[in-house]
Amino acid sequence: MAGLSNLTLHETADRLARGECTSEDLVRDLVAAIEQRDGKVGAYVWVNVEDALARAREADAARLGGDRRPLLGIPLAVKDVLNVKDQPCACGSRILKGYVSPYDATAIARLREQGAVFLGRTNMDEFAMGSTTENSALGVTRNPWDLARVPGGSSGGSAAAVAAGEALAALGTDTGGSVRQPASFCGCVGLKPSYGRVSRFGLTAYASSLDQIGPMTRDVRDAAMLLQAMAGRDPRDSSSVEIPVPDYSASLRNDLNGMKLGLPREYFIAGTDPEVERAVRAAVEQCRALGAEFVEISLPHTPYAIATYYVVATAEASANLARFDGVRYGARVEGEDPIDMYGKTRAAGFGREVKRRIILGTYVLSSGYYDAYYLRAQKVRTLIRGDFEKAFAGCDAILTPVVPTPAYRIGEKADDPLQMYLGDIFTVTANLAGICGLSVPCGFAGAGLPVGLQILGPAFKEENILRVGYAYEQSTEWHLRKPNLES
Amino acid sequence: MTDTFRDDASRLDVRYVAHLARLHLSDEEAAVFQPQLEQVLGYVRELGALDVEGVEPTAHAFPVQNVFRDDEVRPGLDHEAAMKNAPQERQGQFIVPKIIE
Amino acid sequence: MKYLPTIGLEIHVQLKTRSKIFCGCPNEPGGEPNTHVCPVCLGYPGTLPNVNGEAIRLTVLTGLMIGCRINPYSKFDRKNYFYPDMPKNYQISQYDKPLCLGGSVEIEVEGRKKAVGITRIHLEEDVGKSMHFGSSSGVDFNRAGAPLMEIVTEPDIETPEEAQAFLLALRQILLYGGVSDCNLEQGNLRCDVNCSVRPEGQSELGTKIEIKNMNTFKGVFHALKHELPRQEEVLRSGGAIRQETRRWDDEKGVTEAMRSKEYAHDYRYFPEPDLMPVVLPPETVEQWRATLPELPAKRRDRLVTEYGLPDYDAGVLVADKAVADFFEETARASGNPKAASNWVMTDVLRCLGEKQTELKDAKLTSVSLAGLIRLVDQKVINVPTARELFSELFEKGGDPTELVKTKGLAQVSDTGALEAYADEAIAENPGPVADYRAGKKPALQFLVGQIMKKSRGKANPRMVQELLQRKLGGA
Ligand SMILES: [Zn+2]
Repeated sequence: MAGLSNLTLHETADRLARGECTSEDLVRDLVAAIEQRDGKVGAYVWVNVEDALARAREADAARLGGDRRPLLGIPLAVKDVLNVKDQPCACGSRILKGYVSPYDATAIARLREQGAVFLGRTNMDEFAMGSTTENSALGVTRNPWDLARVPGGSSGGSAAAVAAGEALAALGTDTGGSVRQPASFCGCVGLKPSYGRVSRFGLTAYASSLDQIGPMTRDVRDAAMLLQAMAGRDPRDSSSVEIPVPDYSASLRNDLNGMKLGLPREYFIAGTDPEVERAVRAAVEQCRALGAEFVEISLPHTPYAIATYYVVATAEASANLARFDGVRYGARVEGEDPIDMYGKTRAAGFGREVKRRIILGTYVLSSGYYDAYYLRAQKVRTLIRGDFEKAFAGCDAILTPVVPTPAYRIGEKADDPLQMYLGDIFTVTANLAGICGLSVPCGFAGAGLPVGLQILGPAFKEENILRVGYAYEQSTEWHLRKPNLES
Repeated sequence: MTDTFRDDASRLDVRYVAHLARLHLSDEEAAVFQPQLEQVLGYVRELGALDVEGVEPTAHAFPVQNVFRDDEVRPGLDHEAAMKNAPQERQGQFIVPKIIE
Repeated sequence: MKYLPTIGLEIHVQLKTRSKIFCGCPNEPGGEPNTHVCPVCLGYPGTLPNVNGEAIRLTVLTGLMIGCRINPYSKFDRKNYFYPDMPKNYQISQYDKPLCLGGSVEIEVEGRKKAVGITRIHLEEDVGKSMHFGSSSGVDFNRAGAPLMEIVTEPDIETPEEAQAFLLALRQILLYGGVSDCNLEQGNLRCDVNCSVRPEGQSELGTKIEIKNMNTFKGVFHALKHELPRQEEVLRSGGAIRQETRRWDDEKGVTEAMRSKEYAHDYRYFPEPDLMPVVLPPETVEQWRATLPELPAKRRDRLVTEYGLPDYDAGVLVADKAVADFFEETARASGNPKAASNWVMTDVLRCLGEKQTELKDAKLTSVSLAGLIRLVDQKVINVPTARELFSELFEKGGDPTELVKTKGLAQVSDTGALEAYADEAIAENPGPVADYRAGKKPALQFLVGQIMKKSRGKANPRMVQELLQRKLGGA
């Protein structure tokens, strides 16, 4: 087969529509790519070839019958944190060993309605806690651009699968940058929708007030396409919002005329890798050339974002992960009484980073400390939201780096949680403020490691960031480069 | 400011908190986590430098109110499906070590 | 030295909704274990709660019935603790912004009226049920996620009798509002009791003991009857009360400390990120207020003034809303409230008691009882006949007028026929006739009885009496 696994979704959909290939061809090509490369990359934790082929054949038959749904027969990779009926959902953890999901997440159900096929599940940091995918109990994932480096995280498997040509597109989740950061490290497009834009129902919660599901794709048009299918109010998620979903592809244009873009001085700081900064500055110039007008803005509470994030996220996580107790599903270690059983099950089932965050989150909520930590962090969160509200009064989108550095070496930060957390500085603010953000490839650092440009937009203005990302991407060739995995 | 950090606020008893979270820690883990988490808390304490007097806390990223469901019965899981993931089952129930009240 | 008890109650009330509070599973008691469950109420990864609007309405309705302020801003919180019957190991509850604040319930004990203050009412989810096997326990999650309203009283209660009276009054109100079935056997109403004693003259309260999970009112009464003297005894003998949770053992008739090895609780409440705040517009609350039923105390007063019933009778009738409704319908349809009240208080309540049934399941309707009363008032039938008919109407239902016709039960008021019976009776019973004439008044009743017998019960007794008096002369 002729490299179908490196196509974009929209190219694939066109070929399927023209009858130039079948869905079965696609699945077979992807499976071949996975067999050939995943031994090196380790993007997937589970693939169901037979089921995917069966669904692909069904889709091919439906197409012959006149079915024209936009995602009909298109295989997708799914981060192991999203529930897909009759598939495992281990969340990168030992504690969910053996668990099989009895239901579809709403985002999955919506993609299924559009005809999508769920080929396999991708590796991740355990319960989405991490920035390298090293915190997975299910194996190591490597960056396709440099196998000695991490793919980023927590949606590292999804980013690596897309970059390595093992998936056309994938779903990730983003709580503090977990879609945008690995997209940046692996040279693909990653979109974190506004909080409330995509239903969280079926997304195994890490931090409920920050989590969002987002597409990870080869180009911006594909991200728009997947968002279109998933977005909109879901009665099963009270935090999903009743705001009409625009036609995102209609916002994609080749220029930025009339767009006002903000550059926050707090995001261009010492400590950022010079090559990352150079690439982002060049992207800014490119956007100016495309017709955008730039304004300097200030997001003064940015220095407090990491601290705020790690209080809010871990507090919510400490409650969200309490349900993994060995009673109703998942792994269990027997004990003398329930308390003993819980302690042993959770000790054996969770990895170190998860334990650290559960302890931190439990502590900041505990009696006597709530006001000083949790309540205060919620107040600072209000200030951070306020920063963005003010900023967006004067611009349509904000450009920043995604991460201060390119991909880390495997093991580089494993023993230093604080250093690891500090790498999230440019991404956590969007989650705290509930706004949307996009990562698009904007160049390479010296050793051939991808660099991403972050485009932040006001809440429920995904069309703004998609437009900027698309115009920029179409005027460059960064997104067309592929890693060499043949050697 | 009444909600400011107490002097001992960054000193945490890792074992006590782990017990609250029903997490058995090995001695080695406790020894590793203690300084790591103290370091993180030390960093978090920088929030204390901000004046948050009169600032409303944000519990939800996007403010929405009164999201209710109609009182309608919907199909759930049949019994077999409900027990399928159970680590231990007996007489249709989830089995746990004896509960002491 | 005298000791003064202080008692406060926390009452958990299961609300009468069709579905559970956060998912679409049926809110029904019983059923085979783990058959009314779904991923949400089993606490599956990725699931989210969805508030049942009816649970909010019923809680607010309760608040309105007992004079609470409806909180203009209310929210849900997570209460964190691990327990096998709790699917998420946190309970969605309400911490600092409950739906209702304040209010009171009036009670009466030994003729003394008193208002027991309500602190708050909040909404939360129920947990599953565990049952114990030999060395293990089993958990059934059918009840997990049932909507539970928690009513917390002020420590205004001073005696076990008051506690019981409060629970009865509260139950009556909840039944009136239709917010709960209040079925104690099914655990619709469960109660935690907080109590302490302090020496007379001491203003600060004694150390509080919590007695958990009582599910009968008698249990609360007996537990307090035992626990308060126990505390007094400890203090009298120079001991100190340790703050603890105890359990009432109904069989042994004692309270015992619970053995749980849990540390001091640290529930780590924080706002539930998955649920949005409840900010009820005043119009909505007013709309709900307009649907409130008349409450028992008020209704009792009205029955006294409107129907001229004695205070006691009105009290008996309003005890059960269905009975009071039935009485009022009968009174209006018959135009004879006094008779309606007599029938309901004696025959209706007796039959319900004998048959162990409730009005809603009985065949008797207010329309047929009113018809019966009218037949008596119009002298178509006499009271003994009416009693017979009542039994039949209660058992099988039907139209009393029709029954009278088909059974030929109309009483004989025809003077001609009555006179013939009277003459016969006088002729056949010279002895009693002589007695009567000699001034022995009771002899007349014997003659009346003879005539009733001859008419097979259909004679109008008053007419018979008048006829006899006329015929025998003298009164
Ligand atoms: Zn359910």
